Amino acid sequence: MKFLRMRPGFGEQLIAEGDPGVAEEEQALIEEFRRQLDQGMWAAVPTTSTGGRREAEMVRGFDEIPRDTDRVIFFPRAAGGAR
Amino acid sequence: MIVALAATAIVVLALLWEISMPYLERRSEERRLRKERRARAAQDPPGYDPGRERRAEQRARELLKSCVNEEEWAMYRDLGFLRVWGGQSQADGPSELRGIDYAYLVYPHKPILAYLPQTGRLLNEYCVEFPDETRPYGSKRLPDSDDVLAKWMALKGDERRIIAEANLHLPGRQHDPRQIERDLWRLGRWERERLARASRSGTTREAEPADG
Repeated sequence: MKFLRMRPGFGEQLIAEGDPGVAEEEQALIEEFRRQLDQGMWAAVPTTSTGGRREAEMVRGFDEIPRDTDRVIFFPRAAGGAR
Repeated sequence: MIVALAATAIVVLALLWEISMPYLERRSEERRLRKERRARAAQDPPGYDPGRERRAEQRARELLKSCVNEEEWAMYRDLGFLRVWGGQSQADGPSELRGIDYAYLVYPHKPILAYLPQTGRLLNEYCVEFPDETRPYGSKRLPDSDDVLAKWMALKGDERRIIAEANLHLPGRQHDPRQIERDLWRLGRWERERLARASRSGTTREAEPADG
């Protein structure tokens, strides 16, 4: 499982990678997930439905991430436009 | 004789108009994008590197392409925006939206625009940003395609939440209604051409819907 984060001037950056089936790696992923949310990020998981349609799920906790997903995308939380 | 010549001239003019329209549209769109780029460049922070931003945008486009449907990707590539169908029209949605097909137009770094596809009526502008306050290169703005993907994921994943976070405005606040009208017309034509291409190619499978 890969954690990607959108960054200005970068595009996406790989911030963590690990196998949630391995206890140590899962712990590292959990910590990174919490760190990102603490920094004000939102997390989303791109999914593909049974009909092949692309969707996305917003996840608020590590345990909400589908076990078979290969990537989680973090992006800054939404804020009402300034203008 | 004169009538026949006049009729012929009218037909020729009409055909020329039909042929030149796509070219004129393309030129007009390019002019508009150049103007937007210039306006944006004027607001760029110190240390702005166009090459780095282009590379970032290229990566963002690849990420967007890997997440959305093929039709949505083609729509964004060809038209510069995405249409996302609203998800609150089902029986469990709010009573005022139940049974009403509505959709959003998602542009990079512009408000999300809600509208009624059947009539083209514009409903609201939802002004929302995804500011990265860490500002790795001085700017808090995500690349254009990342901004579109963030809106797409937020609308798909938790429509109510993103709409609740946004500032609500009437149409016309930031989007030019004439431009939107034009974009909806372009979208309609783009879809018709896509369908025609699909039927010409003899594919029996139906075009995969963008969503909804």
